[in-house]
Amino acid sequence: MTRLVLVALALSASALAATGARAVEYGQALSDKSRVTFTSRQMGVPVDGRFRKFVATLAFDPAKPAAASAKLELDPASIDAGSGEANDEVAGKPWFNLKVFPTATFVSSSVKPLGGDRYELAGKLTIKGKTQDIVAPFTFRQEGGSGGNGVFDGGFTLKRLDFAVGEGVWSDVGTVANEVQIKFHVVVAPRK
Amino acid sequence: MIANRYTRTAIALHWLIALLLVGLFAVGLAMHDLPLSPQKLKIYAWHKWAGVGVFLLVLVRLAWRAGHRPPALPAAMPGWQKTAAHGLHFALYLLMLAIPLSGWLMSSAKGFQTVWFGVLPLPDLLDKNKALGDALQVAHMSLNFGLAALVVAHAGAAIKHHLIEKDDVLTRMLPRMRPSPGMPASPDKNR
Repeated sequence: MTRLVLVALALSASALAATGARAVEYGQALSDKSRVTFTSRQMGVPVDGRFRKFVATLAFDPAKPAAASAKLELDPASIDAGSGEANDEVAGKPWFNLKVFPTATFVSSSVKPLGGDRYELAGKLTIKGKTQDIVAPFTFRQEGGSGGNGVFDGGFTLKRLDFAVGEGVWSDVGTVANEVQIKFHVVVAPRK
Repeated sequence: MIANRYTRTAIALHWLIALLLVGLFAVGLAMHDLPLSPQKLKIYAWHKWAGVGVFLLVLVRLAWRAGHRPPALPAAMPGWQKTAAHGLHFALYLLMLAIPLSGWLMSSAKGFQTVWFGVLPLPDLLDKNKALGDALQVAHMSLNFGLAALVVAHAGAAIKHHLIEKDDVLTRMLPRMRPSPGMPASPDKNR
């Protein structure tokens, strides 16, 4: 009897310890280690680009993923669309129209655990004043075990015309495909 | 006389490649200064696809040439002219291969893969590197001006042979417009 109680106690203690080790909250994204990249397709050719500047703020506790939230503010002016010529072009009215819409944002609405280190992020993405619901699967891992930086890797595909990105002559998806793959690699420090 | 002609295949390849080269050269000169537009992306893509096509056609032509020796130059030609003609032909072949290669490498270095007709991706032999891309652009352009100069010399020599020496150097590379009297339409199909 005593023995049984002891085993039960030991079990619950280790369970507690396990939860305790994982219950680290992650906050500020490290901008020098995080990346938001995208791949567009021009005449059948994948062309990589990225946003050099963005601010990601998130609250994530691996023990309570449902309570997680994320906010991302992208600076479309910091875009690297693959060439100097393209960078000049995308600032203009048919593309991001930066004068009127200087930022693009993502605000999460839910995070669902998918099992293991996989999760699913849902939220609203606003580009050029147009808001769409998006769903993005991602993985979470800790660098160097518990207490280390949290690393979020994920991505999704959006249709640029849903956001009126590339209007007028550029709306021809035979030249620049409608689908754009977005990938994010966000590294965050544990919240102290 | 009949034996001193290029084969139909060699003639067809010569003129097809010549047409493509003239077109590619003109388009290549013009497209660089176009403002960015879907049209420009299409023109660049087609320029690259046609360039890959020329490269392959030149390989086919070299393979054909290996099995079908070109007719000998006129016996009356001075030795130095024969040497010059062979040297010029060699340089033309070399440039016809080097130019598409330089274009392909330039494209890779500039971060734009070549996907033939939007379907067949060619490997990127170089990583994206702006300085290297710009250097290869200069190389691609210089090789093209070199080729243009050689083509002018090549065509000029052929015309000189036709008008001054009055030999068959030009006509043996011309497609036969109509069969000679009393001859069937294609007596030398296989040559």
